[in-house]
Amino acid sequence: MARVIVDVLPKAEILDPQGQAVARAMGRLGVSGVADVRQGKHFVLEVDDSVGDAELERIAESLLANPVMEEWVVRREGRQQ
Amino acid sequence: MSARIGVITFPGTLDDVDASRAVRYAGAEAVSLWHRDTDLQGVDAVVVPGGFSYGDYLRAGAIAARSPVMGPVVDAARRGLPVLGICNGFQILCEAGLLPGALVRNTGLRFICREIRLRVEADTAWTSAFEVGSAITVPLKSGEGRYVADAETLDRLEGEGQVVFRYTEPAPNGALRDIAGVCSTDGRVVGLMPHPEHAIDPLTGPSADGLGLFSSVLTRLTAAA
Repeated sequence: MARVIVDVLPKAEILDPQGQAVARAMGRLGVSGVADVRQGKHFVLEVDDSVGDAELERIAESLLANPVMEEWVVRREGRQQ
Repeated sequence: MSARIGVITFPGTLDDVDASRAVRYAGAEAVSLWHRDTDLQGVDAVVVPGGFSYGDYLRAGAIAARSPVMGPVVDAARRGLPVLGICNGFQILCEAGLLPGALVRNTGLRFICREIRLRVEADTAWTSAFEVGSAITVPLKSGEGRYVADAETLDRLEGEGQVVFRYTEPAPNGALRDIAGVCSTDGRVVGLMPHPEHAIDPLTGPSADGLGLFSSVLTRLTAAA
């Protein structure tokens, strides 16, 4: 088995009102210096050895992310016992 | 024999009962379809109603778009079956690739629930009862109703007459170019965020304007028969 991480974020040109709301809340906490926040999704997949990179890319593109509005990164985190 | 229009119910669908009622008001037979069905029972058209299919987990409409019933719906739509997606149904049709673009969180982050006026901008299988350029009043109730697509897609939709409904005021959800509804290139698949099925009788809605969508498709089906 291997652990695979898929991170999904709204595309840069897509307005992210959730991220903006989080950024505004930081101001209320007295935090300064955070110019922007983008809110996305983090998927943790436990996959067996039969699942190749092409299949992982297909899973990300066809289900985990919507290519119209999101971008994504797939990375393997190494083998699990 | 009256036309038979399928109305799909997913776990979390809310508006299937009103959609079926609208179908009957228009004079057709409403056929209930379940998310696990793989047989469309020979229906002449399909309505994908609003609600929160599968809890809107992952993204609004994403899981429903990949449910068993949507396989035959997508195949039939590509062969010309008229399909109407309302609210969550619109989100599902976009996620299924039947309509361009996507629907994201409202700019103000608030769920919007109020009546709204829409301008009808295209003659489609679901809008032939309206004059192009006329306006209808129907309810809008959604938290993720902001229509987005890249500029090239938006230009193409406007150029090809695929913008079916536009808000007559600046879109309260921030929808790009005030787009409330779009259609496929053949005008048979239509999706919109506001709810025509809640506006079919002045007794229970703001108007009877919404009934026109359902009578339009019946006119189309009768003409084809």
